[in-house]
Amino acid sequence: MTGLRYVYAVCRPFGAPLQVQLTGVAGDPPRTLTHHGLVAVVSHVPERDFAEEPLRRHLEDLDWLTETARAHQGVIDALTTVTTPLPLRLGTVFHDDSGVRIMMEAREEDFRRTLDRLEGRVEWGVKVYAESEPQESVRPAQKPASGRDYLRQRRMQTRSHEEMWQKAEAFSTRLHEVLSAFAEDSRMHPPQNPALSKATGRNVLNAAYLVPRANSEEFVELVDRTKGELPGMRIELTGPWAAYSFAGETT
Amino acid sequence: MTVVERREVALVDLLDRLLAGGVVITGDITLRIADVDLVRIDLNALISSVNAQVPSPFEELL
Repeated sequence: MTGLRYVYAVCRPFGAPLQVQLTGVAGDPPRTLTHHGLVAVVSHVPERDFAEEPLRRHLEDLDWLTETARAHQGVIDALTTVTTPLPLRLGTVFHDDSGVRIMMEAREEDFRRTLDRLEGRVEWGVKVYAESEPQESVRPAQKPASGRDYLRQRRMQTRSHEEMWQKAEAFSTRLHEVLSAFAEDSRMHPPQNPALSKATGRNVLNAAYLVPRANSEEFVELVDRTKGELPGMRIELTGPWAAYSFAGETT
Repeated sequence: MTVVERREVALVDLLDRLLAGGVVITGDITLRIADVDLVRIDLNALISSVNAQVPSPFEELL
């Protein structure tokens, strides 16, 4: 057996087989490795791409990263249809099966505890954007007549921007309070880079919520109800995701 | 039954989760890359090299 082992997730044993057409990372269909009553979902990956140095290099290549992230997500997504997977961080690679087994044994208790906590739960992502230029009217219509005029216009612009961010911040804080109260847990992600998201407006909230699958519909309705509450705010919902953001120990 | 329509997952939402979420395994068993905090991958540099022509909409606010 050659090659390294890329591990996607750890799960409790699941009865259903994985979809046969599933292509994993590096095009290697994922297989299961059972140890001590837990299942690791694994692909065999070539050293030329996944050994430390090449992997590090590849991770700086957006196309490679995209392809690998999508393949990883494809496997996790397939797992969510048959079980509640505990996803591992992208790029978790072992030398061989025995390395995977040693890891499973070392982390067995953690894994069981986290799997219990996440059982039947999904993650929803909620993002709030403040549309970037709702205050067109304060832009100077004509050239300032003097230096003092210019400074006054600048001050007005700055003040109205500040007001807008304050409103956006207050709106996001309140929304987050409402959603956290409904959800079992929440995590804040850093605001997204607009160059990558290609989204318009400034991302003022980027949060993840852990919700029992059974309550998901209610959660989605809760988010939908806040849409259009405040002009200039755009709310985006993503999911359901496997509980990526909640896979670490609780803080 | 899904509560919302499945859409193509945006890369940026995926990377939020795959690079910052998931269980982190450290130690001698894994290749060292797993020790690296992937969040520190310089995504900004990565992105700006790809999208050099796309200006940030907030530049004028800074």
